Amino acid sequence: MAEFNLPANSRVTEGKTFKAPAGAKRVKKFKIYRYDPDSGQNPRVDTFEVDLDACGPMVLDALLKIKNEVDSTLTLRRSCREGICGSCSMNIDGTNTLACLKPIDDVKGDVKIYPLPHMPVIKDLVPDLTHVYAQYASIEPWMQADTPFPPSGERLQSPEDRAKLDGLWECILCFCCSTSCPSYWWNGDRYLGPAILLQAARWINDSRDEATGKRLDDLEDPFKLYRCHTIMNCTNTCPKGLNPAKAIADIKKKMIERVV
Amino acid sequence: MSLRTPLGRARGLGSAKEGVHHWWQQRLTAVAMVPLVFWFVVSIAANVGADYASMHAWLKNPLNASLLVLLLAAVFHHAQLGLQVVIEDYVHCHAVKTASIVAIKLLSIALGVFGVVSVLFVAIGG
Repeated sequence: MAEFNLPANSRVTEGKTFKAPAGAKRVKKFKIYRYDPDSGQNPRVDTFEVDLDACGPMVLDALLKIKNEVDSTLTLRRSCREGICGSCSMNIDGTNTLACLKPIDDVKGDVKIYPLPHMPVIKDLVPDLTHVYAQYASIEPWMQADTPFPPSGERLQSPEDRAKLDGLWECILCFCCSTSCPSYWWNGDRYLGPAILLQAARWINDSRDEATGKRLDDLEDPFKLYRCHTIMNCTNTCPKGLNPAKAIADIKKKMIERVV
Repeated sequence: MSLRTPLGRARGLGSAKEGVHHWWQQRLTAVAMVPLVFWFVVSIAANVGADYASMHAWLKNPLNASLLVLLLAAVFHHAQLGLQVVIEDYVHCHAVKTASIVAIKLLSIALGVFGVVSVLFVAIGG
């Protein structure tokens, strides 16, 4: 059955508090999930007080300030700091998003920061993404065509066909959507989840790809595709403003198109 | 511990090449139930307070009996499809899952047949 209680060794305890420097005027509390599997201890939530007058505007700025100035053991992924790489996806103020795109001022009260939900945690805010990456590889996300490469040097696509990829190609694989989906929480071992299905739609809708039928064959499965119950958490949470639920609905529509 | 590769695990047993039919049937029965339930509620409301003889006559009408049989078929088919999805979502022990799905399918067929036969008894029999 679905698990509603955390196992005893996963229950989150109260952690340490790090005070803001004396004289700080605009102090904001950051409550951050900490877990180190090597320590053998339960996860804890540490509280860091940050002086906003000495900090950049985004949540990622505060996290890096804490890591640089207060506790260098705080572990997180980040790279581009402008919403293109998808590394700093985490659960901030109850919603999955990118720390680099989330303004601190958007959060009322304390800023609660957890790793992406329902994934194995490697350390602190770093989830283990091995399985989602493998699921991504399983949909074969590359162009497949039997027609030999044209002598012109490129496979042509009309502007109208290219427009069908808008809303799909922008995905940066941060997995905010998949880890916000209850269906993915309960059946993530078999359900591909919104991020991977949006990527599948990106190739199904590519006019240059010739494996559309095979791609649909591979998705037609009660678990891989049909665990989507249009809950819409994916679309709600996407930090890039994409609509994975619509992409999945589009795949379901194409499944019907070739039957009826 | 498994030494299987992540890709091997993600591919698992592969695609079942099934699911469209289930999804399509669930939508069809849902659409069918919209007018059928509307008709049923209106008919029952119109007969509130009626005596046994007039309800009996109502069900002997071939149109009413046909619509009621269709409603029963749609309801039990739809319920079975929907409950199967709920079980697949939440039950992760394979043996319990299979047993529950089999039980729900058989029970729905049994109850549906009982309902239809009951209608026919009144409509045709007596």
